[in-house]
Amino acid sequence: MAGKTSVAVKKRKRKNWWKYPVAVLIIFITILPLYVLIEMSLKRPTDLASRLSWPTYVYIDNYIKVLRDSNLLNAYKNTMLVTASVIAIEVFCGCLAAYPLARKQTRFNEVVRSVIMAVMMVPAVSVLVGVYSILVNLNGINTYWALILVTSAFGLPLSIYLYSNYIVAIPRALDDAARIDGANYFQCFWHIILPQLKPVTATVIIMKGINAWNDYLYPMYIMQKPKMYTIVLVIKQFFSESSTDLHGAAACCLLGMLPILGLYISLNKYFIKGAVDSAVK
Amino acid sequence: MKRKLKKSSMNLFYVPALAVMLVFIGLPLLNGVKLSFFKWNGYSQNMTWTGLSNYGDMFSDKNLRVSFLNTLLYGFGSMFLENILGLLAALFVNSRFKGHTAVRTFVYMPIMISSLVMGYIMYYFVQFDHGILNEILGWFGREPVDWLADASRGRILITVINSWQYCGTSMVLYLAGLQGIPDLYYEAAQIDGASVMQRFRRITMPLLVPAISSAVVINLIGSLKLNDIIISLTNGGPAQKTHSLSTYISYAYFRIERAGYASAIGVFMFAFILAVSMVANRYFRKREVEY
Repeated sequence: MAGKTSVAVKKRKRKNWWKYPVAVLIIFITILPLYVLIEMSLKRPTDLASRLSWPTYVYIDNYIKVLRDSNLLNAYKNTMLVTASVIAIEVFCGCLAAYPLARKQTRFNEVVRSVIMAVMMVPAVSVLVGVYSILVNLNGINTYWALILVTSAFGLPLSIYLYSNYIVAIPRALDDAARIDGANYFQCFWHIILPQLKPVTATVIIMKGINAWNDYLYPMYIMQKPKMYTIVLVIKQFFSESSTDLHGAAACCLLGMLPILGLYISLNKYFIKGAVDSAVK
Repeated sequence: MKRKLKKSSMNLFYVPALAVMLVFIGLPLLNGVKLSFFKWNGYSQNMTWTGLSNYGDMFSDKNLRVSFLNTLLYGFGSMFLENILGLLAALFVNSRFKGHTAVRTFVYMPIMISSLVMGYIMYYFVQFDHGILNEILGWFGREPVDWLADASRGRILITVINSWQYCGTSMVLYLAGLQGIPDLYYEAAQIDGASVMQRFRRITMPLLVPAISSAVVINLIGSLKLNDIIISLTNGGPAQKTHSLSTYISYAYFRIERAGYASAIGVFMFAFILAVSMVANRYFRKREVEY
């Protein structure tokens, strides 16, 4: 018997040999852009050798220049502030709003639910003119709150959808028991529902965090002063203004994208689970 | 009465979320519809009511027609490519071999990078002088190509790069779908002597319809909104020929300063995407099978 299975395993192994070169090729294609960024960022700006070749020396002045001359460090602060606030709003308002939508299936709540789903389809750019002119009237240009609230507004529908799908699956008997013991709705939510929401909260944080970190359209129009730039805007500034310094730009790209890539590599299981959970039609 | 009040008090929980969405999406949407009936440059105090003339202008605007056709190309082209690449990647990762999780991790990784930044990274490849694509052409003794100088080449590059970057989403959805199909079905088919292709067509594909429908709708809606990578790769050029509706709205608003017209295009784009997603959802709902 043991001999038989080992023959089967060997057979499968022999049949599988072609998968390794294919796997290497796929990984190579993904790594290539990163590789180019890394070796470009380590080369002297005057080095015109092939972009596929690894430098024989290490030139870290590109990084020093990026950290000294551009406002990347300040942009880290802005991006982290905005991303953290957006996540906080989307998690807090999202699970709060999902609770009645999941528990009270009245006709009115059905309407609210479908309105929220329709909002998910609104392309952010199609209301650009409307948002921008309102923000100008509210003095919201170049402020954190404007960017945070606009980004949250577009992200809330998905967060509500995820939370309400999750809460529907929590047995209603738990709420009822708490209600009989005299808890009000908020206590019910706070003590019974909230502690169970950790897995779906991880999904919301990951998916909405990536979005907020990488967002371009609204940061571009709301954050116009260099002091308020997010990381993506600093990278854009590098490429569009000093297109001659492609080496510094590579260093800036790498530094800007490093936190999210690092998080992804270390937690990729959760990222992929999040992507499956948030597949909304 | 008191009881009724108490019951509906739970609905107060969604007031904060709805308030944020109302102020920053609902009002702007209405405001945008209103502005679409005006001639306005976006900042001055003068706004003139022009009725439907902004909508009328859309029919005669050649650039807008090109942008709309581009949007269809980006949307449907990326949708097809992403689904094919994603399905292939999923089938590959799902077949048992050592290191399949590494492949999954790497295929999904480009999604972590902002698509604006991805466009800039691609500049190292498509640049005329010293660009990597031209270097590779050089190995085969070919003349260098100015990749982004030609609109149709630009459109294809945008579509292909976008599809490559985001095919991980479809892969992940297909993987979840594949792992939901019971092994029993394949074993039964194998006993009946079904070939690999037959098993794929008769078992895998029908049972994958729910995954296909999510992947198609998500990719289609996402790519119809394509914006960032166009900004960084071509910025709509050459001669405004690679714009999508998204980038053309920003162009109309901030470059040629026709805010009213930009709002009208925004209203059109919103209606168009809503219609496409409704049709796509209905189409697939009929085709899902139970098992």
